[in-house]
Amino acid sequence: MSDEAALGESRRELAVGALGIGVSAAGFGFVYGLAARDAGFSPVEAMAMSTFVFAGAAQFAAVGYVASGLAWPGVILLTALLNARHLLYSAALAPWLRDTPRPRRALMAHLLTDEAFALSIAHFGRRGQADERGYWIAAIGSTFIPWNLATFAGVTIGGQIPDPTRFGLDVVFPAAMVGLAVGLVTGRRELVAALSGAILGVTVSLVAGPGVGVIVGGMGGPLIGLLVPRVPTADATALGTARSAERYAMPGARFVDRDRGRESGRGEPTLPPDSEEGLP
Amino acid sequence: MSIELVGLALLMGLATYPSRALPLLAPGIERLPAAALEYLRLVGPAVLAALAAVDVMVLTDPAGKPTFHVGIEWAAVAMCAALTAWRRNLLVGLVGGVVLVALARATGVASFPL
Repeated sequence: MSDEAALGESRRELAVGALGIGVSAAGFGFVYGLAARDAGFSPVEAMAMSTFVFAGAAQFAAVGYVASGLAWPGVILLTALLNARHLLYSAALAPWLRDTPRPRRALMAHLLTDEAFALSIAHFGRRGQADERGYWIAAIGSTFIPWNLATFAGVTIGGQIPDPTRFGLDVVFPAAMVGLAVGLVTGRRELVAALSGAILGVTVSLVAGPGVGVIVGGMGGPLIGLLVPRVPTADATALGTARSAERYAMPGARFVDRDRGRESGRGEPTLPPDSEEGLP
Repeated sequence: MSIELVGLALLMGLATYPSRALPLLAPGIERLPAAALEYLRLVGPAVLAALAAVDVMVLTDPAGKPTFHVGIEWAAVAMCAALTAWRRNLLVGLVGGVVLVALARATGVASFPL
């Protein structure tokens, strides 16, 4: 197969994956728009979040922070912590994109999400080299556009829904938070961190208010989780891999990970630049 | 139309950008200590669980005093967690939780939130 044909074939596979991710992003973005509207966000504010932050879990969390009256510094700190996993995705992509001009890499970074990482790293792997256009397809076509359009629809059309509590829409936010947390729990440490975070959060909230409680739960839960001995399991997923992207990604998203057999079962954080393995 | 939170969105974006960009623009900077990486890995489940628990278990009364709340929202969140874990799909879990609450309120089994 010629290089052109191989590129076309790989891009077709990328496009199919991007389509599925796009549908998922649209559905979840709509729910985010509804939640933001219920929390009192204006359409401009909800869209600003989807454009400037562009990170689903952090945006949902921000809705809760704002609704609970958490001060801005707390919101920003928790956002930085919640999005710190992107460090590993960025590190995994860096070797592939080192020949891309720095200004374009700077723009690529803003559009780096779980979905963009997973789709593009699989595409690069199929080709054995980077494909900048493929990255843009993964980052913009599959996620940025559907996510933002759906956010706009949710935050505007949501206003046409009379008395959202009649339809149970007031539980969308806490249910989404728990569902996202479930997706991140793959072992005892994560489970203990989650339960500890919840118990600490509620206890402190009853004394000092919800804003303080969420911060104490979010930062104290992991400390308690770290006390649990690490037990490697076959289901453990290394951060910075396509599998971890699938785990963090928008609900229902599934990625083709050709390296799954190689990645599974390691059970420890992976920083690809430490190794030449898999470099282009 | 309020635009107050646009500033917050910008600051949140600025707080997120370094983790997205630093390894791409300055390779090698991502080599944090293993303990720091492990802590960051656990922040996600802890923050999300704390947010959900506080949302359904703590209500603030008109005087501004937080109070413990028990209601159908607990069951909705539990159903969402169970369905998401079972089907590995959050949308399925969300639909299950929302339908449970809507039915419970429509039939009078549960009250509407204050």
